Amino acid sequence: MLTKRIIPCLDIKNGRTVKGVNFIDLKDAGDPVFLAKQYADMGADEIVLLDISATLEGRKTMRNIVLNVAEHINIPFTVGGGISSIDDVSEMLNCGADKISINSSAIKRPDLINELSQKFGSQCITVAIDAKKIGSEWVVHTTGGTIATNLNLFNWAKEVEQRGAGELLFTSMTNDGTKSGFANEALAKLSKTVNIPIIASGGAGIKKHFVDVFKKGKADAALAASIFHYGNLTIVDLKRILKQQNIQVRL
Amino acid sequence: MKLVIIDYGTGNIKSIQLAFKRLGVDAILTSNISAIQSADRIIFPGVGEASSAMRMLKSKKLDCIIPNLTQPVLGICLGMQLMCNYTEEGETEGLGIFDVKVRHFNKVVKVPQIGWNTINNLKSELFVGINENEYMYSVHSYYAENCKETIANSVYHIGFSAALHKNNFYGVQFHPEKSSAKGEQLLKNFMKL
Repeated sequence: MLTKRIIPCLDIKNGRTVKGVNFIDLKDAGDPVFLAKQYADMGADEIVLLDISATLEGRKTMRNIVLNVAEHINIPFTVGGGISSIDDVSEMLNCGADKISINSSAIKRPDLINELSQKFGSQCITVAIDAKKIGSEWVVHTTGGTIATNLNLFNWAKEVEQRGAGELLFTSMTNDGTKSGFANEALAKLSKTVNIPIIASGGAGIKKHFVDVFKKGKADAALAASIFHYGNLTIVDLKRILKQQNIQVRL
Repeated sequence: MKLVIIDYGTGNIKSIQLAFKRLGVDAILTSNISAIQSADRIIFPGVGEASSAMRMLKSKKLDCIIPNLTQPVLGICLGMQLMCNYTEEGETEGLGIFDVKVRHFNKVVKVPQIGWNTINNLKSELFVGINENEYMYSVHSYYAENCKETIANSVYHIGFSAALHKNNFYGVQFHPEKSSAKGEQLLKNFMKL
């Protein structure tokens, strides 16, 4: 049976992991290659590397990191951040990335989704959507969540699917950083709206939040950063709890 | 032992080369016919869309070469699907090595299937050291039906072939190069066939 996936996310700036990380026996908390390897060995199902560098230099560094991660880990990983052309995707895939994720560049020019999925196949194109609940509406935001668009989450998700995305990564800005749980209502509605897998992001604080995101939010995968980085929760412990709750996981 | 990964223009073959590198095996990426024919082991990868992948194979004349290879050949993902008779993706005629059709998943489930699924009814030396119901990583919207050449099953709404075998030809739907230690075990087994 297909399992639900647990995906740690590493935010990388100018070649270094940004958020503090607190593993036991950690030799270098800022080294993304070392961290990715640790997570892979600890039972992560996939890893997301998000480049938040704003400079050209930072972007060049990312290329080497991707190459290095690909050499060292034996599970799939996705690369996102600053990808806006066929050449960018080619470069990352040639460095060994399995999937790429696009966000603002897809909003700026939606045809990019069609072009990438035709060229590389839907299976390696994840579209990330950041949205915030304003009043009763989920409003899509761009440029790292700083600028509101006039797009509605569910309409944009449908369009993204029709244009050929293979997967959605939905981050609820309303829940992100609150540690109060994922946006399960919106996630469940999203699952009814589209027929491609959905990765839930934003709000993980305790184990029960992961149970809820799969049972109530109907998510196919859950992504988190700080809850894993700070050593509050190991992936194996989390998966044991999920299994006890009859959620299929790879243990 | 000379290992060749057939490079016919589909993306994402770097990760297969790197997986073998982790096992201490240097794999050569090439579309050169004599290099392929003289290899001891051959990986036939594939990621992307079937009809365009088939066109690329034909443009390099590999469609005539691959079915006549006599050394062990392992098709991975789309590579395995192209080794079948026919795929619904782009209504494409395959290489006809495996006598089976490739179909699209019914939309009662999310398509593509992405993630770790179990494999069972393992019937090949390819699976030495790999237990029943082991998890392997897959990403695909199309599947090969179960048939007499099936050597591993999987289920995603419907039962399908997770792996196929006929003579010197093997195919796996999942990605052993991305399936953790057990996937690496399969690659090691392939080198020992």
